[in-house]
Formats: sequence, structure tokens, C-alpha cells
Amino acid sequence: MLKILKYSFYDLMRSRWSYVYFLFYLLLGVVLLFLNNDLSKAVITLMNVIIILVPLIGTIFGVMYYYNSREFTELLLAQPVKRSSIFLGQYLGVATSLSMSLVIGLGFPFVFYGIFNSSAIWDFSLLLITGAFLTFIFTALAFVIALSNENKIKGFGYAILLWLFMAVIYDGLFLMSLLYFEDYPLDKFSLGATMLNPVDLSRVLILLKLDISALLGYTGAVFQKFFGTNFGLVLSFVMLVCWVIIPTFFIWRIAKKKDF
Amino acid sequence: MIEIKDIHKKFGKNEVLKGIDLSINQGGIFAILGPNGSGKTTLIKSILGMVLPDSGEISINGKSLKNSFKYRENIDYLPQIANFPGNLKVKELIEMIKDLRNSKATNDRELIELFKLQPFLNKKLVNLSGGTKQKVNLVLTFMFDGPLIILDEPTSGLDPISHLRLKNLIFAEKKKGKTILVTSHILSFVEEIADEIVFLLEGKIYFKGSITELKLKTSQPDFEHAIASILSASYA
Repeated sequence: MLKILKYSFYDLMRSRWSYVYFLFYLLLGVVLLFLNNDLSKAVITLMNVIIILVPLIGTIFGVMYYYNSREFTELLLAQPVKRSSIFLGQYLGVATSLSMSLVIGLGFPFVFYGIFNSSAIWDFSLLLITGAFLTFIFTALAFVIALSNENKIKGFGYAILLWLFMAVIYDGLFLMSLLYFEDYPLDKFSLGATMLNPVDLSRVLILLKLDISALLGYTGAVFQKFFGTNFGLVLSFVMLVCWVIIPTFFIWRIAKKKDF
Repeated sequence: MIEIKDIHKKFGKNEVLKGIDLSINQGGIFAILGPNGSGKTTLIKSILGMVLPDSGEISINGKSLKNSFKYRENIDYLPQIANFPGNLKVKELIEMIKDLRNSKATNDRELIELFKLQPFLNKKLVNLSGGTKQKVNLVLTFMFDGPLIILDEPTSGLDPISHLRLKNLIFAEKKKGKTILVTSHILSFVEEIADEIVFLLEGKIYFKGSITELKLKTSQPDFEHAIASILSASYA
């Protein structure tokens, strides 16, 4: 698997898109830090961008990579390599290279800004860690979608829908249900609903750490009250890990049964 | 060497292989023929483990292929469509496949020489023409020394001189006692190289034997007409 990972990773590192993605974050980091000068605000703005953009890029890139490398995959399938290694290797290659663009792209401006001497280092690290998690989660989901759809257009369609649902529609439904059932105790419901969407979960995680959960309104308050910051943090991480492992398991299972 | 027992495969409603029994012995060139959609590629891919049959069993040298991948070390496969990761250079692709197969004893240099690929070694695969890609494909297939070679439409896109070189290459491999499976629509090519042909029709083996036997069976004077008579009989 490591060999496949290595080659997928190299392949992507040479593609133009990795650089575009990297430069985008570099630019974003520079602009936010040096024109804004308020680290905490910069982190929040970055969070808002990351939480929407990272899943989108992860999904699109994952689906695109899978469909583009189909013939190459067939070449690999004829080699004495385990099937699961091929797909898990490719998935990890894509996810790792995307995460690296994010971490390095944002890391540079922050390092130059002097993040190591600042108290915001933990907030910033958390931001990068959740960003990397989101990349791994959505790339895995994209691979599951691409593996189960032979038709490219359908695959892209489902991938975009997934992103739209997780990043936008889910929040809308969540909010509506909160309003609709406002006469009932909703603590557990909103807690569960947040856990079930990695985008919301990441947002809550960062906001909890920033101690500005008031900004988030009800969800954040519930989280603060129920878990206290530390337990909430651990639980959220466990959930994020599950969000990576479950789709990865599906990649493994679908790949095992698929015809090429 | 290869033992295929009652293989069935459906893609959705389309039943591609309807019970194939075939045994292929060590040594010699076997051509798998058949009209478009008769299941040639599916059969080959089943041997490679890329397509998983719904029922039936395939074994190579007495070992079942199910849940195994190591056996592919002994197969050199030439896929039908040569498409490689565009960002790689030819040289890097060759190194990569060698690395993946953990194989050091290869004759890639001679093959590169043979197909005159030196000027392309440092070019990216995306910039190569279809024929050149097919040559790279051939190098990747023939550079290993596996006892079984599977070629899916090996002649597609090749110029006459490369075609000739390919033929010589196939004969040289045969002399080493290897088993070679070929699919092709170019009947003159098949007639020249094949020791035995397997004719697939609608997912079943219609004929297996030598070309002379086929001519006798169809009572046609030449190979092309023999094939044509099978096809027109089945479509009539």
C-alpha cells in the first residue's frame, strides 16, 4: 500500500492543482494576517473558509482523481498488488497531498507572523488539525461515491449534493427543526445532530476552543454545558476519527467486490 | 496451466459469460477470438482477477485464484487501452512498475531499444501519441519474465514496422516455452501467430482447436472465410 500511496502522492504533488490549492491558502493566510492584525479574528475567518471550502475541495478532488486515474488503476489491478492496497493507497495519497497543501499553505504565513510566540498557537493548530480531518473525511466519502458510480456525471452530481447537504442544507434543516420543536427539550437532539455532521462538528470544536461559543448560539451553549471543553474536545475527536474510519471501511469493502 | 470451470458473469441484465470451460496448457500461443461483446475481455479480466465471476472457478497451476493476488507476479498483461498517469515520464512509469513488482531482472533496455523509445523516455505520457503509448505499454508487458503473457489487442495503433517487431517478440517468448493468450480482430495476425484458437460466441465457447480444424469444420478454404461463416451463421 505504501508504494501506491507514494506514487499517488508524487503524481498529485506534480499536478498544477496542488499548487493552486496551496497558493490559495498561502494568499488567504497572508491577507488575513497582515491586513487584519487580529489573530483571533483571523482564525475565525479562516475557520469559516476552511469549514466550507475544505469539504468541497476534498469531495471534488477525490471524485476527480478517482475517475481520472481509472486506466491507471486498471494497470495496477493487473499487478501483483492487493486490491485494497490500491484504493486505500490512492485515497491516502489524495488526502495527504490535499492536507499538506492546506497545512503548509496556511502554516507559512502564520510562522512568519510569529505564531510560535503567540498564545493562539493552539487555536491555530486545532484549525489545521480539523482542516486535515475534514480533508480525510470528505475525500473518503468522495472515493466511496466514485467507486459505487461507474457514471462520471452521476458521481460528480452525488459528490456535489453530498457537500451541499453537509455544508448548507443540514444546517438549515437543523435550524428549522429547532424552531419547529422549540417547546420541547432539544439539548440531546442538537447534540446528536451536531455529532452526525463532520462539518458542524469541526465548527463546534474550533469555537469551543476559541471560547466564543456564544457566537454559535444554541449548539455551542449546549456543548459547553454538557461536556465542558475538554471532554467535548475528546468526544469530538473520537467522532471525527469515526467519520474517517467508516467511509474508509466502505472503500475497502466496495473495492473488494467491484469489477473493472 | 490455466483451468477454467463453468464461469458465469453478468453485468446487470447483460449476461456476458454463460458457462465457459477452458483449459490451457503450458506453452504455445492461444488466440481468443469472437465478435464485439462476445466476452473476450471479460474472460481475460477474470483470469487477471479484475472481474470477479458470479460462479465457477479459475485456477492457475492448480491454485484457485479466489482471494489471491500473488499469482499475478507470473502474468504479464497488456491492457487494451494504453492510458497512463499523464504527469509521469515514460522512464518513471517503467521504474514504477518495476518497483511495484519487486522485480529487478528485466530487459526493459532491450525493449526500449527495439521500439526506438529512447527519445521519449523523458517525455510526459500525456504528450505521447497513441501508437507511442502502445509501445510503452508493450515494453511494460514484455520487460518481465513471467510464464504467462496476456495480450489484449496488442496491435492497435502500431505502425507496420513495430507490428513486425511485436510479432518477432511474441515468437521469441514462445520459444522460451511461455504461454501466450492473445485477443485480436486482425485475422492475418492471428493466423500467423496462433497455435490454437478459442472462438467465443455470445458468452460460450463455440470452437476450440487449431486453424486447420476450424477450416475443416466450416468447410471453408481460408481462415477469414471460416470466421465469417461462423459469424454469418450465428447472426442469420
